[in-house]
Amino acid sequence: MANDYLKEHILLRHKDIPDIGDIDVYLSDGGYEGLKKALETMQPAEVIEAVKASGLRGRGGAGFPTGVKWSFIPKGAKDVYIVVNADESEPGTFKDRELMEYNPHQVIEGAAIAAYAVGAHTVYIYGRGEFKGPFVTLQKAVDQAYEKGILGKNAMGTDYALDLHLHLGAGAYICGEETALLNSLEGYRGYPRSRPPFPAVEGLYAKPTVINNVETMANVPGIIVHGVEWYRQFGTEKSAGTKVFSLSGHVNRPGNYELPLGVPIRYLIEELGGGVPNGKRVKAVLPAGESSLMVPEDKLDTPMDYESMAAIGSMLGSASFIVMDETVDIVWAAEKMIHFFKHESCGKCSPCREGTYWLSNVYHRIRSGEGTMEDIDLLPKIVEQMSGNTFCPLGEFATSPVKASLLHFRHEYEQYVKK
Amino acid sequence: MWSEAEQRELEEILKKYPTKRSALLPALYLAQREKNWLDDDDIEAVAEALDVPVTDVHAVVGFYTLFRREPTGKHMIHVCTDLPCALRGAEDFYLRLTERLGLPPEGGTTEDGMFTLEAVPCLAACDKAPMCQIDLQYYENLTDEMIDTVLAQLRAEARQKTEA
Repeated sequence: MANDYLKEHILLRHKDIPDIGDIDVYLSDGGYEGLKKALETMQPAEVIEAVKASGLRGRGGAGFPTGVKWSFIPKGAKDVYIVVNADESEPGTFKDRELMEYNPHQVIEGAAIAAYAVGAHTVYIYGRGEFKGPFVTLQKAVDQAYEKGILGKNAMGTDYALDLHLHLGAGAYICGEETALLNSLEGYRGYPRSRPPFPAVEGLYAKPTVINNVETMANVPGIIVHGVEWYRQFGTEKSAGTKVFSLSGHVNRPGNYELPLGVPIRYLIEELGGGVPNGKRVKAVLPAGESSLMVPEDKLDTPMDYESMAAIGSMLGSASFIVMDETVDIVWAAEKMIHFFKHESCGKCSPCREGTYWLSNVYHRIRSGEGTMEDIDLLPKIVEQMSGNTFCPLGEFATSPVKASLLHFRHEYEQYVKK
Repeated sequence: MWSEAEQRELEEILKKYPTKRSALLPALYLAQREKNWLDDDDIEAVAEALDVPVTDVHAVVGFYTLFRREPTGKHMIHVCTDLPCALRGAEDFYLRLTERLGLPPEGGTTEDGMFTLEAVPCLAACDKAPMCQIDLQYYENLTDEMIDTVLAQLRAEARQKTEA
């Protein structure tokens, strides 16, 4: 048993089969059967239909239905690209790195199936620059796949040509935003692009492009091999499948845990994570890294699926749960997060560039003991001017720490200015 | 400025993309590899090799944090001090390290030119804090003793190299 909710791992399979990163082990365990089945027995449209019916939603954070995204590629389009988003940079998220390092062939296989489904012959995996080390491991897996004839001119011995290249960014959180990623991959500054046109119409090199997260790709082989019904036995009606939950902060056993969607937060923190060290209580949890609205302790029985997390005013996103215990100074935590977004704002649009700068200044004033009640009231005003006015989601995310911490812990701000 | 081996490597990189410009980040990494930073000649060489205007290359270099325009130590040490790591003591770990390396709180390069220390945002290893990345390698679940041992080893290796 992987845990009380899952017999064996579907994504983090290296936890059951330690050497699965080796292609021979992966193959002997049914690896690349999904790609074989797709190439030899299915039409591309059937693959798209299966992924649509599975209910798989993007695991990078947005939760957009994957099959629907694939179906946006115009029929008969030439020069289609698949780009795998491995820019994993959201603080608290470390699942894609583990998948690429320990179960790389499942990611490659998923991307290859996606390529066949949309008629792409080239796949790029775009990783953040700091993944230079992990990409050495991933490149080995790619080389093995070429040697075995899984990738190349005749993928799996068919007449389908498929190339897969790795590409490293160079240190910019914004490149996780898919259009900024495309600019970066084309050799430009990682500025987000305006939409429309959407990447499915004009993406990489202005060609139709599908961009999917690493974990999303790792879900695909199972759907093709075992079928839609098998996949839908995990998770809920609207949030199907399993998900890797990155657990960090104040827990005894931080790490990546795979669960079907819909398991309560409490199970992740208390059972899998072993609870909070030294018997302390949870003060708040950030469910999707620093971009998400923190939720206080009384929400820990919420099921971890897209709908339930939205219903409590937050989001599931990339499912990166950062736990803060009762000793955490929330104003300190919020300032740290604002510092992050200020550092990572790309500078393209003024609401984000200037907004994060002003937020940072006000936090500094409050935290250094020079703040006033007016400063506390200034924070939501700055947020209001940013919200809905920024070019891409980064500016919106930057307001999350401010909004949620003021909503739940305003008294902690007041203590700072009363001191 | 490119060695023969680098020239060959660059040609291999270019094969991966339909446009030369797409090779810009990989080419900059290649140009930066030997001395850990990019001088004006490196930037011009990259611009020329890829037919990209020099000013464009400067603009790209300035955007990304992993390209450096000033000399650094032999090894780059990046310690993550972002929120998840900070909750597990990474800020104090980093500050103690600056002190032991004789550096100010904002980090910098050690006197012997061996290390450049920086506090950086998230490196996607939040469950194993305190952690750092030295060049390519991740070092996780660190204690002061562990990082000191790693740095001493790197120093010893450098000494062996100069003696040999």
